[in-house]
Amino acid sequence: MLPAMRCVIHRDLLLALRRRADVMTMLLFFVIVASLFPLGVGPEPNLLRTIAPGVIWVAALLASMLSLTRMFSADYADGTLEQMLLSSAPLGAIVAAKVTAHWLISGLPLVLMAPVLALQYDLPRPLLEVLTLSLLLGTPVLSLIGAIGAALTLGVRGGGVLLALLVLPLYVPVLVIGAGTVDVAAAGLGAQPYFQLLGALLVVAAAFAPWAIAVALRISIE
Amino acid sequence: MLAPWFGVLAAAFCAAGLYIGFFIAPTDHQQGEAYRIIFIHVPAAWMSMFLYLVMAFWAGVGLMFNTRLSGMMASALAPTGALFTFIALWTGSLWGKPTWGTWWVWDARLTSELILLFLYFGFMALQAAIDEPRRADRAGAVLALTGVVNIPIIYFSVRWWNTLHQGASVSLTSAPTMAATMFAGMVVMAFGFWFYSIATALARARCIILERERATDWVADYARVPK
Repeated sequence: MLPAMRCVIHRDLLLALRRRADVMTMLLFFVIVASLFPLGVGPEPNLLRTIAPGVIWVAALLASMLSLTRMFSADYADGTLEQMLLSSAPLGAIVAAKVTAHWLISGLPLVLMAPVLALQYDLPRPLLEVLTLSLLLGTPVLSLIGAIGAALTLGVRGGGVLLALLVLPLYVPVLVIGAGTVDVAAAGLGAQPYFQLLGALLVVAAAFAPWAIAVALRISIE
Repeated sequence: MLAPWFGVLAAAFCAAGLYIGFFIAPTDHQQGEAYRIIFIHVPAAWMSMFLYLVMAFWAGVGLMFNTRLSGMMASALAPTGALFTFIALWTGSLWGKPTWGTWWVWDARLTSELILLFLYFGFMALQAAIDEPRRADRAGAVLALTGVVNIPIIYFSVRWWNTLHQGASVSLTSAPTMAATMFAGMVVMAFGFWFYSIATALARARCIILERERATDWVADYARVPK
């Protein structure tokens, strides 16, 4: 089971490395969306500092959603996915590996980029750490929940917009708690409970999502 | 077959409920006559949440036992559930305007009700996008079950978010204690909405069954010999 998972992760990372433009596009989208907000609401530093966590979180959420459609579609088109379904390794494990690879490709760059964007918003230093840490805990949950939607909309017409409609309401708790972590830290209260909540969401999603993704993939393929 | 009877029951209970609500129940001393929208608002909100649970239940049954009818029931329930969610939001904002002074506040209940509406729409959009009915049913079932797991999480996260961002300027929970007739009116209306839901869901399920089984003999017979 573990060799299979390692193999899938390695393969997906290699594929992403050969097509660096995909990751760059998503990252650029993240940067552009986050840079548009100051242009829209005005450059008032206090206002920017207040909206920074929310804006960066929403931008990260949208950017990670953009890359969701690609999670299974290439494998579906060339038949790899069918082989994965037929493989002797448990499908849940393969799916978990694919989600992990997806997060490494599209979640981790966002987390690394976020502090730079937060500087644009003049977030003080301790809050930068809190924001980065909250994204580090939250983005895997986004990948896990999003993968369910990606598996359900595989090969369905109008997939991209439909995916957004399915997945965004389910993202609400992550967004609320993730951005809330920074707000609480900014208010001078301990952010510990919020980190624990994010961690709890991650654990629950990691436990149930691979199973749901596997079921959804079987439905889409048959 | 039973659908028209439930429709009649629904009409009767709604009429009774509205009568109690508008003519018998006393005027609220704080909110005046405006509070009377409660007789539509609260039962609709109850139904909106309850129907999602029923829908997810049927979806789960369909996924577990691979029965065809349960998937049809789930997709027949979704539009009614979305309708009640919309009614609850709409009447809520109509009620909010005279009593709170705004059409909308980012209150925990309002927000989670809005997200519930999005979940209903997502379910219907997914089913509409997939041509093959069996796949649509099962994909919708996975989505409905994911949603049901998420609903409590969404509700609590929104509640925390709300308490974090703004003080308790308006609170739905500290409603004045209710007169018995008001409560009776609400319960009767709830029954009316119940029967309405059953009637529409059954009628819609019947259409879905006929549409999907149109290749079979019994549907051909049924179409040829109107009862």
